[in-house]
Amino acid sequence: MLEPLEEKTYILNLGPQHPSTHGVLRVVLEMEGEFIVKADPDIGYGHRGHEHMAENRNYLQFLPNMGRVDYLHALAFNHGYCMAVEKLIGLEVPERAEFIRVITAELNRIASHLLWVGAYLLDLGAFTPFLYCFDDRENILDLLDRITGSRLTYCFYRFGGVPQDIDQEFIDGCRAFAKRLRRRWKDYDNLVTKNIIFIERTKGIGVITKEQCRLYGLTGPMARGSGIPYDIRKSEPYSAYPLFDFEIPIGENGDIMDRYLVRMREMEQSLRIIEQALDKLPNGPIMAEKVPKRIKPAAGEVYAAVETARGEFGCYIVSQGDVKPYRIKLRVPSFANLSILPEISRDTLVADFVAILGSIDVVVPEIDR
Amino acid sequence: MTIFGSDLFRMIVGLIGVIALVSVNALFLIWMERKVAAHMQLRPGPMEVGWHGSIQTVADALKLLGKELITPAEVDRPVYLLAPIVIFLPVLVSFLVIPFAPNLIIRDMNVGVLLILAFAALTVLAILMAGWASNNKYSAFGAIRSVAQNVAYEIPLLITVMSVILMVGSFRLTDIVAAQERYWFILIQPLAFILYITCATAETNRAPFDLPEAESELVAGFHTEYSGMRFALFFLAEYTNMFIVSALATIFFLGGWRGPFLPGWAWFFIKVYAMIFLIMWFRWTFPRVRFDQLITFAWKILIPLAFANLLLTAFLMKIF
Repeated sequence: MLEPLEEKTYILNLGPQHPSTHGVLRVVLEMEGEFIVKADPDIGYGHRGHEHMAENRNYLQFLPNMGRVDYLHALAFNHGYCMAVEKLIGLEVPERAEFIRVITAELNRIASHLLWVGAYLLDLGAFTPFLYCFDDRENILDLLDRITGSRLTYCFYRFGGVPQDIDQEFIDGCRAFAKRLRRRWKDYDNLVTKNIIFIERTKGIGVITKEQCRLYGLTGPMARGSGIPYDIRKSEPYSAYPLFDFEIPIGENGDIMDRYLVRMREMEQSLRIIEQALDKLPNGPIMAEKVPKRIKPAAGEVYAAVETARGEFGCYIVSQGDVKPYRIKLRVPSFANLSILPEISRDTLVADFVAILGSIDVVVPEIDR
Repeated sequence: MTIFGSDLFRMIVGLIGVIALVSVNALFLIWMERKVAAHMQLRPGPMEVGWHGSIQTVADALKLLGKELITPAEVDRPVYLLAPIVIFLPVLVSFLVIPFAPNLIIRDMNVGVLLILAFAALTVLAILMAGWASNNKYSAFGAIRSVAQNVAYEIPLLITVMSVILMVGSFRLTDIVAAQERYWFILIQPLAFILYITCATAETNRAPFDLPEAESELVAGFHTEYSGMRFALFFLAEYTNMFIVSALATIFFLGGWRGPFLPGWAWFFIKVYAMIFLIMWFRWTFPRVRFDQLITFAWKILIPLAFANLLLTAFLMKIF
């Protein structure tokens, strides 16, 4: 008599040193053949205790940390934290400073998306687009380097404004870059978007429904890819965003392809915002006049949210009237976005799993913070 | 009969020649791949060692020679050690029957085509050995994929080659070149050429069919656990395989050594490297297909097409 074969699964350990986990993320995959039964993300390898650090230093000292939480869209994190502190001490930011913030944050958003597109296609096995994206991104880094002084972990915004004004060369550079990137869309379309292999790999894979987005608290391109037009820049306008005309691109099916298209179209919208901001750029001071030397807010709580390249970043500060915050809670988009991974990667192939993980666009230090 | 005319002498000279050709060719191909990739990606590629980095790969090879050969503790030792050698031998054998020029062939066998294809199938064994013996899940994945892929793609490859052989009526490679005196077979067998190139890309595990070593999924596939010169042997075999499938494409479809003005061997190498360039072009343009798509593509599209082409060829041969 033949005994029925015992059903057996095995564990495949993906990461923390795997080429497609983008940083130190470990995913424990329970596999049956090439199919995934269960995916269990194991986070914490990049934990640096940012939130705890905040409790032990004053408000200004914590500012550089923000560029290191999400190193790819560091300026948005700068922005969120500065907004929260400004709210806490009641500081008005001059208009020109808000414009500069918007321009630089949007440039940074494009850089982040370009890096994502490149790295994502690398996950799918296409090497060449990666270098094209990096070539474009290099232009942004050069531009931002000129005014912020750094290329990656920016610490550019200050409470009450920005420390350095932009000059004509930067403005011309931005316009030239916008022109150049628009010319590049055609290349990306021909090389990637219309590529039959790319379409086959991404259509209908990793579908997230609207309902799941709400359940898991997904934000950013993850939610917009599923057709939820949720963008902090529109729903809770901050900074100078209400002054500009731009759209929120959304997807229909919520698959990987839609998330890709949403990010591609978002770059175009960011270019539009940058160009409008450059056209309307007002004159005036770039720093609020009465910025206290020593920031010692009254007891209270404040929350400020911004839209980063990955979704909603919220900064919640509790002050007890000390020079140090009592508690800072960082609501980071990647953490919530990653939480859906076990749900959507069930019964997929390893190849699809890599594609799905890539489409979430996680930044690991942001999850671990 | 002098010693110079003897078979033994011919074989020894041939083998030395083949080993020299394989090494120099692989060094050149790796440099070429890096340069082709670089220029497609808006960067200059290796520039430091030699003219435009031309002896960069020599430096790399020397570095690999000096590397420690790491043997992980849990491997199946004999199989693990044998795999790099097994992958390299069939590659050498294939060179014995390739006609580089009218008189430049080591052994003009009447079953040349079969010999090459039979030995090419042995690479699967080596990959399976490497993947299995490494005792690593990623390696095993790579090996399993490789076997499924090679079996799936060998069938349409053989059937496609059959339609050429049907026209020539011989398995001898020199006969196939001789039959293309008036026109190249690519002109009357365009579909077969496309099928052949597709299958050959898959056979050599090149992108977009590089599933066995899909970096973003399987780290390095079946050779994850190999280091130093052992790794280099896999690498060498991959590039030499690419040369062999391109040489076969040249012989089957591009008229072999035929061409005006230049000597035969020059034309042969020009055509082979043009084919290799095409395969490299694929790699640096396309994303990778998924495994099930790959197998579906072979069984549901390539094999029926190859059969249709074979039937059509047979039918037309009967009429004319």
